[in-house]
Amino acid sequence: MMTSVLGVLFDGFAYGMLLFLLSVGLSVTLGMMNFVNLAHCTFGMIGGYVTVTLMNAAGWPFLATLPVAFVAAAVISVVFERTMFRRLYRSSDLDQCLLTIGLVFVSVAVAAYVYGTIQQPVSLPNYLRGSVHVGGLTLGVYRIFLIVFALVVTGALVAALEFTRFGAQVRAAVDNQRMARGLGINVDSAFAVTFALGSGLAGLGGALAIDIVGLDPSFALAYLVYVLIVVAVGGLGSIGGTFAAAMLLGISDMAGKYYFPAIGSFLIYLVMLSLLMWRPAGIFGRRT
Amino acid sequence: MRRIATALACFAAALIAAASAHAQGTVKIGVVMSYSGQFADPGAQIDNGIKLYMKQNGDTVAGKKLEIIRKDSGGIAPDVAKRLSQEVIVRDGATIIAGYDLTPNALAAADVSAQAKTFMVNMNAATSVITTKSPYMARTSFTVWAVNEALGAWAYKNGVRKVYTLVSDFGPGHDGEAAFTRGFKEAGGEIIGSARYPVANIDFTAFVQRAKDSNPDGIYIWVPGGPQPAAIGKAIAERGIDKSKVKIMGQGELTYEDALKSMGDAGLGLITAFHYDFNHQSAKNKAFVAAYNADFKRNPDMFSVGGYDGMHLIYEALKKTNGNTDGEALIAAAKGMKWESPRGPMMIDPETRDVVETVYIRRVEKVGGQLLNVEFDKIEDVKDPWKARQPK
Repeated sequence: MMTSVLGVLFDGFAYGMLLFLLSVGLSVTLGMMNFVNLAHCTFGMIGGYVTVTLMNAAGWPFLATLPVAFVAAAVISVVFERTMFRRLYRSSDLDQCLLTIGLVFVSVAVAAYVYGTIQQPVSLPNYLRGSVHVGGLTLGVYRIFLIVFALVVTGALVAALEFTRFGAQVRAAVDNQRMARGLGINVDSAFAVTFALGSGLAGLGGALAIDIVGLDPSFALAYLVYVLIVVAVGGLGSIGGTFAAAMLLGISDMAGKYYFPAIGSFLIYLVMLSLLMWRPAGIFGRRT
Repeated sequence: MRRIATALACFAAALIAAASAHAQGTVKIGVVMSYSGQFADPGAQIDNGIKLYMKQNGDTVAGKKLEIIRKDSGGIAPDVAKRLSQEVIVRDGATIIAGYDLTPNALAAADVSAQAKTFMVNMNAATSVITTKSPYMARTSFTVWAVNEALGAWAYKNGVRKVYTLVSDFGPGHDGEAAFTRGFKEAGGEIIGSARYPVANIDFTAFVQRAKDSNPDGIYIWVPGGPQPAAIGKAIAERGIDKSKVKIMGQGELTYEDALKSMGDAGLGLITAFHYDFNHQSAKNKAFVAAYNADFKRNPDMFSVGGYDGMHLIYEALKKTNGNTDGEALIAAAKGMKWESPRGPMMIDPETRDVVETVYIRRVEKVGGQLLNVEFDKIEDVKDPWKARQPK
């Protein structure tokens, strides 16, 4: 019995890692730029469709499509940022919400027009399929891959933030934008790069998510709620917070569904509510 | 004064419009279903079925030209579906309404059909009670009760004794659970556990693990089309459930074409009960599938055949009434109509106006390198058992 619980928790951890990849970009851009980008999952969807197109139409291997998904989502996000988002940096939250949610609907319709409304299948390479037996546990190979991949990405992100000059500039801009500008830091270019990075990560997350949650045009809207929960609970602008929140939500979702299937999926909302009441700015967020 | 003039002008315009609709000998059919949103794909398939039938049989029946007016209900939106059905009858002059991919929408539109005494063809929504809500409605798809109760009885007959049920927590899922449980228990089986997963559930690991831990010799699953069937199939394989020892059974959506493509070999051995699969081996179906692929570059599914047979019903009913679009005449013509569909033989029950058809039991097998639902057993002339049990 214990082994089955551990197996379930392991899957919850993998699911949490997926949520982390999808959400970390939004947390940083929301914390740093104060720009409400509800179209964040659109970039996830773009990454997903890039992977599917490259694999099915051009026959690329799965792993090779991942960097392309990242880059494509990042590039498209830069285009959006330059043409649309930048005009609304000083606007009210409502205006930003309206623009970005409109963008979400447009992207869903475009995806449906170009790819049709069917579920996009992705056939993983054989070495990523099946499961392994570790101890008495049955662990899915793809989930192990997901966890390792996400941890590597997290490590890279944290290292970039802590040990590079650019990372220091980003941290400064998040902490106190005015002061950072005053010190001559090019906050605008830090914004642009961070935004691209965050959206690229979402694209990567979207590509990785296909095997677990499927891909269809409604992806951009369907996962927005989960991503927003992770960002809100984790605290804006904090990678550690997003990581903790994603873990918490992934595991409590799984555990809830295993032990209390009747209220299973309500548990994450309960967790979210209690956490936010205890810490309104998120676990590692700070009050601005 | 101006208001009265405007009102009179509108009234006159409406009269002219209505008159012109009749004068041209056109029969307008309002098709209300989801062309956008989460359920856009089923809607597209039903629409393809309609288009194919009209292409193959021409758009003139009994001297009248048929015109399809499409209205998008965008998903589960009973108030929108009701309003669109009303509008298409009152404003656009439709004398037949059809489509209705989702139960709440079909129920809301049934009111309109009953009030306006308009012939209504339900091409998809599968909840048993729907056809009782309007005496002018006929259904050409299936009912959850019919398919799943047949599966329950079949399971016991084929050696399954202890079952764990796992269904989606909304109407059709509850129906599936109740139907299978009834069929299975009445045959002598035992339900050792059950769970209902949230409608929008993404990850099924926990639910599947729980099912496995109860040590059943069969697991019954009800899942709607979309991304979930593939996720369930993968979860079953990942959790290491041995399909030779535990029969995994469900309604057809569990192994629909896209799900099998996503699941890969994890889907081998899944047993489903359903009324239609594009792999059905009959001459008529082979021709249907070939024509469908030629036009739409994909295989037909249960939605397509619901739309196709719905149009067949409309055409044949109009031929019988000689073009008379009166609701009473059309439904009288529809009752008892029997024909050979791509799915097999089917009939509209004269008493309940619901569909009577064959339920096929299929297993997922690899045929020529492709994963297909292969029929290996069937139960013929299945009527909806839920309505059959209601007090008359």
